[in-house]
Amino acid sequence: MDYTKIIDKLPYTEPFLFVDELLSVSEESIVGTYIFSTDLYFYKGHFKNNPITPGVILTECMAQIGLVCFGIYLLRDEISLEKINVALSSTEIDFHCPVFPGEKVAVISEKIYFRFNKLKCKVKMVNSKDEIVAKGTISGMIVNKDLI
Amino acid sequence: MNSEEIFALLEPIIITYLPDDVSANEINRESDLTRELNINSAHLVDIILDIEDVFNIEFKNEDMEKLRNVDDAILLIQQKTSASQ
Repeated sequence: MDYTKIIDKLPYTEPFLFVDELLSVSEESIVGTYIFSTDLYFYKGHFKNNPITPGVILTECMAQIGLVCFGIYLLRDEISLEKINVALSSTEIDFHCPVFPGEKVAVISEKIYFRFNKLKCKVKMVNSKDEIVAKGTISGMIVNKDLI
Repeated sequence: MNSEEIFALLEPIIITYLPDDVSANEINRESDLTRELNINSAHLVDIILDIEDVFNIEFKNEDMEKLRNVDDAILLIQQKTSASQ
């Protein structure tokens, strides 16, 4: 499956799309990247005069690449991808260093299991110096909308 | 294993994933897992995976469709454990 097709199937758009490019994907893992451009809307408020990417946005980026892009790939033969629906069910993330405006990050996600539409993954985010920014586990339900 | 023995092993698994606002006393054989015990779909999967480990069996997608209440789970476990012996 073409990587750009996976991104096209994502149910997100600006200003809440946090995936630029997928570098690899297999049955077991996925790697993708995102650049936090300096003009993103939340830098104005987080924090006052001191822009740092919020942890919830880092988590969102990890989930969009590590869970949703991955899930679209894993379900490529099974469901009508026009109707993909996702629901985050749990996250447990440790944050190790800040991500400033303009930084590029890579998200690496490894499947723990994907059963009965629940995808659970070990996910980490690294910066351009290959330092671990955040790591943990994320799980969610990835289903055809018709089933809900 | 009879249904009482299965229930004794199943109940603690269900309790693990029970939301805070549902008491363990509310679990009985007829309890609907999602509607009455308020277990969400992600935790329902966790319960199935724990059942697989405890009883050493494997569930398939079509089994999930038959699973509504505690008795459904007990019946599925009984069928699968007797088939594997």
